[in-house]
Amino acid sequence: MSTSLRNNEHVVLAAAAGCLLLAGTSLAFYWVPNAPVEGFRQRIFYFHVPIALTAYACFGWAAWKALRLLWTRERRYDLESYTAVHMGVIFGILTLVTGSIWARTSWGHWWVWGSRQLVLFLVLFLFYAAYFMLRYSVEPGPRRANMSAVYTLFGVALIPISFLAIRLAEDLVHPVVFTHDVQNRLTGSQLLTFLVCLAGMLALAGSLYANELTGKRLDARLRELREALQ
Amino acid sequence: MTYLGDVFALARKDLLLELRSRDTVPAMLLFVVSTLVVFHFALPSEASATAETGLLWVALLFTALLGLVRAFVAEREERVLDGLVLAPCDRSAIWLGKVIGVVAFLVAAEVVALPAYALFFRPVGWELVAAVALADLGLAAVGTLLAAMAAAGRARELLLPVLFLPLVIPIVVGGVGASATDDPGRYLAFLGLYDAVFAILSWASFEYVVTE
Amino acid sequence: MITARRLGRDFGLKRVLRDVDFEVPHGGFLLVTGPNGSGKSTLLSLCAGLLAPTAGELAVEADRGEIGYLAHEPLVYRELTALENLDLYGRLYRVPERRERIGMLLERFGLWEARRERVASLSRGTAQRLALCRALLHDPRLLLLDEPYSGLDHAGARLLDDELDSLVGERTFVVATHAPQRVEALATAALSLA
Repeated sequence: MSTSLRNNEHVVLAAAAGCLLLAGTSLAFYWVPNAPVEGFRQRIFYFHVPIALTAYACFGWAAWKALRLLWTRERRYDLESYTAVHMGVIFGILTLVTGSIWARTSWGHWWVWGSRQLVLFLVLFLFYAAYFMLRYSVEPGPRRANMSAVYTLFGVALIPISFLAIRLAEDLVHPVVFTHDVQNRLTGSQLLTFLVCLAGMLALAGSLYANELTGKRLDARLRELREALQ
Repeated sequence: MTYLGDVFALARKDLLLELRSRDTVPAMLLFVVSTLVVFHFALPSEASATAETGLLWVALLFTALLGLVRAFVAEREERVLDGLVLAPCDRSAIWLGKVIGVVAFLVAAEVVALPAYALFFRPVGWELVAAVALADLGLAAVGTLLAAMAAAGRARELLLPVLFLPLVIPIVVGGVGASATDDPGRYLAFLGLYDAVFAILSWASFEYVVTE
Repeated sequence: MITARRLGRDFGLKRVLRDVDFEVPHGGFLLVTGPNGSGKSTLLSLCAGLLAPTAGELAVEADRGEIGYLAHEPLVYRELTALENLDLYGRLYRVPERRERIGMLLERFGLWEARRERVASLSRGTAQRLALCRALLHDPRLLLLDEPYSGLDHAGARLLDDELDSLVGERTFVVATHAPQRVEALATAALSLA
């Protein structure tokens, strides 16, 4: 009963993500007027920024689950935190890809060290890729769960510290700061499109997270049953 | 007070072990000086001051890594770490004792590295010394915690650098900024902020890394 | 003092202990036997609090400082001397009158002459005696001994016999061994792991 209920919730979430993303894409391409300076190519903003915010949300969610694990010592939080980091890394990579495309269309280079978001996500990508290394090289069990949780908590401290560091580094190494001309003053139609896209991305992340978690739980359950049969 | 007594006893033990075996500090010294010589040849002759300070920071970072990889070697033999964890002292004292040891080794390496840098490249100002001192605390605090994590893994010598480098990028920013700009105050304050945030985090979470 | 209900522990996919039940009262002596790899050492690590159970429950009514744990490894620094190791542990365990206590134990286990030698240069049997000193240093209420006779010669084994005889009844014991003949007479309960 509870499984089928949960399955229904999954379907609803996935459907909501699909509808919102479809709506967001249509709005971004056909409804919102061209940006004054950047023109048509500025429309990638409606994908790049929501994806980046979703990645932050995933990392934050992972840290919350990590805190719960250390607090309660309940093992299920380990899997939840791990799955959230997993989703965060996927959205992080998408942020790097869309950011890179935007950099190419705006400034003619696939990579610009002057773009804060891009540099921050590169650091975070390296940091969370090491998280997977840590998990693969330590034997599964309570110790690994603790270590992963501590590392995830370091991640949420690293995000603001790295952001500050990147701002400080701009004054130092890169006198030219690259910014886009829209982010500060969104008009009504821009804001609406942005919010629809953001909701779509968050719903997509939530749907993927729920699915992945169900899969991983099934996997663990299957392994336990197999062990019990032996 | 007993807490500080524990920390002191543990740190003294690390220094005693190093004095007896002389494994780590001489290697760090040689490594940092060799790296500076390598950098002389890697840099173009008209390199800027920023490039030279940047390379000094890279040298210091990798020297710290060299020391950290060995930080828990003595504890891993004969499972001594389990023995320490079982003792009724606060587990964070184990971390703090180790941090003091690591800072001592780093300072020993830098006492040679900074004059060598002054000799080979350019004079060393007070800002650089202050930045190095602040950076040592951050490197040792974060590095000791990660070294304890890596010690439980399979490929620990490889795992530690991978865990360590993304976390200490801000230290490089602060260090280079403090020693290569006209306004070192901001960067020194940033290093202080980094030290405070990550030292508290590491101090509070070490127990979870060494227990189940 | 120790109660285990359906206790289990996995390492990754490997299940080392499953559904272990036992109870050790104050002053009891539990003898744990079983072949290599049956989980004796894991059980002692669980009781010491070094490992957490992955299934079932385990309650140990002793603080960390009241447990004496003798592991397969001696848990001492190889490059420190016997005396330096015991002094460090004595501090961490807040042993009152540390020097006297350490001196007494070193005498009793015949280590006084070797006290200033590095552990790395000690023989296996001498290191085991040192490990026993370390485990007994803080006069623990609960003793968890993993193969206590391993590596000891005749004289060493006799010393340990005397030590156990003097403590049994007052202290609680969990002793794991695959050669139980030596301590069978002292045991109040037995647990056989398969």
